[in-house]
Amino acid sequence: MKAPTLSSWFGRGEIAAPPDIASATLRSDRFRLERESEWRRLEAIVAQMERGGLRRIADEDLLALPTLYRTAASSLAVARETSLDAATLAYLEGLVQRAWFQVYGPPRGFAAWLRGFLLGGWSRAVRAIWLDICIALFVMVAGSVVGWLLVAQDEAWYYRLVSGNFLDTRVPGASREELLQSLATEESAAGLSTFAAQLFSNNSAVCIFAFALGFAFGIPSLMLLVHNMAVLGAMLWLFNGQGLTLELAAWLSVHGTTEIFGILLSGAAGLHIGRSMAFPGSRPVLAAASEAGQRGAVVMVGVVIMMIIAALLEAFPRQLVDGTGARFLIGGMMLTFWLAYFFLYRPARQQPGDGT
Amino acid sequence: MNAATLPGQAAGKRGRVILTPEGLALPVTLASRGSRAGALILDVMILLSGMIAFQLLVSWIAGGLLEDAKLDPSGAPRGAQEFLMIVLVIVYFAAWYGYFLVQELGPRGATLGKRMVGIRIAARSGGSLSPEAVIARNLLRDIELFYPIVLILTLLVLNAGDEDIGPLPLVAAGWFALFLLLPFFNRDALRAGDIVAGTWVVERPCTKLAEALSTQGAAAAQGASAVTGARYEFGEAELSVYGEKELQTLEKMLRDAPPEALASVHATICRKIGWNPGEGDERAFLEAFYAQLRAKLEGDMRFGKRKADKFS
Repeated sequence: MKAPTLSSWFGRGEIAAPPDIASATLRSDRFRLERESEWRRLEAIVAQMERGGLRRIADEDLLALPTLYRTAASSLAVARETSLDAATLAYLEGLVQRAWFQVYGPPRGFAAWLRGFLLGGWSRAVRAIWLDICIALFVMVAGSVVGWLLVAQDEAWYYRLVSGNFLDTRVPGASREELLQSLATEESAAGLSTFAAQLFSNNSAVCIFAFALGFAFGIPSLMLLVHNMAVLGAMLWLFNGQGLTLELAAWLSVHGTTEIFGILLSGAAGLHIGRSMAFPGSRPVLAAASEAGQRGAVVMVGVVIMMIIAALLEAFPRQLVDGTGARFLIGGMMLTFWLAYFFLYRPARQQPGDGT
Repeated sequence: MNAATLPGQAAGKRGRVILTPEGLALPVTLASRGSRAGALILDVMILLSGMIAFQLLVSWIAGGLLEDAKLDPSGAPRGAQEFLMIVLVIVYFAAWYGYFLVQELGPRGATLGKRMVGIRIAARSGGSLSPEAVIARNLLRDIELFYPIVLILTLLVLNAGDEDIGPLPLVAAGWFALFLLLPFFNRDALRAGDIVAGTWVVERPCTKLAEALSTQGAAAAQGASAVTGARYEFGEAELSVYGEKELQTLEKMLRDAPPEALASVHATICRKIGWNPGEGDERAFLEAFYAQLRAKLEGDMRFGKRKADKFS
C-alpha cells in the first residue's frame, strides 16, 4: 500500500489508468472492463446532480444522462445473466438505482409546479372530489341545524358549544344593544395584522386537522365539521333571539364565505381519503389511499391559501367596513369568485400531470 | 433470478424490488425504523436550533422593540413591533413546512437528517416522485408529531396550574402512540404519511467499484504465483464441487480478508477437492481456483445450468 500523499487527501489523486482489457481471462470481466469508463462517467454525473449543481453540469453530460442510464440498466440486465462477480453486480445495482432517482426524479421545480397549480390544477382537484364536497356540505348544514336546535331547547348547551374565548357580551340574555355593539367595527387598524396572523394559524390548524383525520376513514373529519358548524348554529340562534340574524350573517359573510368554504374543502379532502380507504373498488387499499391522498394534498395547499385570505378579510374589512349591505357585497363577491374559479374555470391541460 | 444474482439485498426481510419503466427489477433496501427515527430526531433538532438561533438574532438586533410590547398597557402592538411579529410568525410557519418540502423535493430526496443517516424517499410504484406526494406526507406529519406534542405540553401546563383536565392526557397519549407505532404494524414500515402519499423510505446505495479479480495475480491469463512460480490447473472434477454461493464468498474473502483466513480457506478447499495442501502462496492458489471456478460456472450459466451451492 502506498503512503498517503497530500494530493490524495485534497484532490482526486492521480487519474486511474485505463483498464487492461486483454489481460482479463474471464469474458464477464472483459465485458465489465469495456464498459467501465461509461459507468464511471455516469457515476460522476449522478454524484454531481446529487450535490445539487444542476446548472454547473456541462450540456453534453446532461444530454448523455438518459443514454448512459439506459446502457447501464441494460449492462446490469446482461451482467445478471452472464456474470458472477458479486462486487460488480452490487456496484451496478447501486449506480442504476441512483441514476434512476435522478432520471425519474420530481419532473419540475417547485415554481413550475406552483404555476400549474394556480392555473387549473387546483380547480381540477376540487372538481375531482365533488361527491365528498356534497357529503361534507350536507353534514355541515345538518351540524348548524343541530347546534341551533340544541341551544333553542336548552340554553346550557350554548356554554358547552361556544368556548370562552369569545367576548363575554355574546351570551344568552344579552340585550340587543350589546349584541349590536359586538358587531361594530374597530376604530383603527392597529394590531389587526397580528390578530390576522393568529386567526390564520388557528383556522389553518382546524383545516389541517380535518384533512389529516380523514386517515381514520373520514369519521373524525365529519365530527370536526359538525362541531364547528354547531358553534355557528348556536350563535345564529343567539342573534336571532334579538332579531339580528341578518346583521350577524353579513358580519360573518365577509370572511366566512372563504373560511367556511375552506373548512368544507378540507373536510371533503379528508373524507375523500377515508372513503377511498373504506371503499377502494378494484384497486388495492394502499394504492387507493395514495391516489386520494395526492388529490387531497393539492386541495389542501389551496385551502391554506384560502385561510390566509380569510384571515386577512377577517382582520381588516370585517373590522373596518360598516353596514350590512357593504358586508354582504364583499361576502357575496368572494363566494362568487371561489365558485367560478373552482367550477367554471377549465383551462385546457397544458402538460400531462400538471398540478393534479 | 435467484438469490445469488441480487447481492445488494440486505437481511432478506427489508429487501424490496422496484420495477423501473425499462422493465428492470431494482432491489432496494427499506430503511430500518431506528434509522428513520434517528433522522427525524436530527431534523427536529436542526430545525429547533435554527429557529432559536434566528430568534436570538432577532432579539439581539431588535430586542428593545419586543420588550416594550409586554409593558404596553393597551396591549396591541404597533408599527414596527407588529411588522416584526408578523415576520416571525411567517418565518416559523414557512420554516416548519418549507424545511421538509424543499429538501425532499430536491435531487437527493432527503432532508439533512436523512442525509446524515443515509436514507432517502422513493415512490412505491416505481415511477417519479410527485410534489403532491411530498406535500401529502408532510401534512400528515403534523398530526403524527406536532399536534400531539403541543397538546400534551398544553395539558401539562394546565395540570401544573391545577386545572382539571380529565382523561384528555390519556387520549392524547393514546393517539400519539397509535401514529408513532404505525410503522411497526405494517411490513413496509410505512407511517401514515407514507400510506397516504404512496412513498417509502429506502437506504441510499453507495458502493465503490472494486477491481476486476481476473486481471490480477494468479487469476490472470498467464498467471502464475508471484511467490512460488507455480501455476494451478484444476480439472472438471475439482471444479464441480462448489456452487455460486461459495464462489461469491470466496470473492469477498479475496477482496477483504487477512492472510490467516485465506490460509484456512485454502486448507478447506484442498481437503474438499482432494489435493495436497502445499506451503507457500495460498493467495495465488485461491485466485487461480476462483478464476477457473468462475469461468466454469459462467460457462454453465450461459447454457442454463446453474449450481446454487455445494449441496445442489
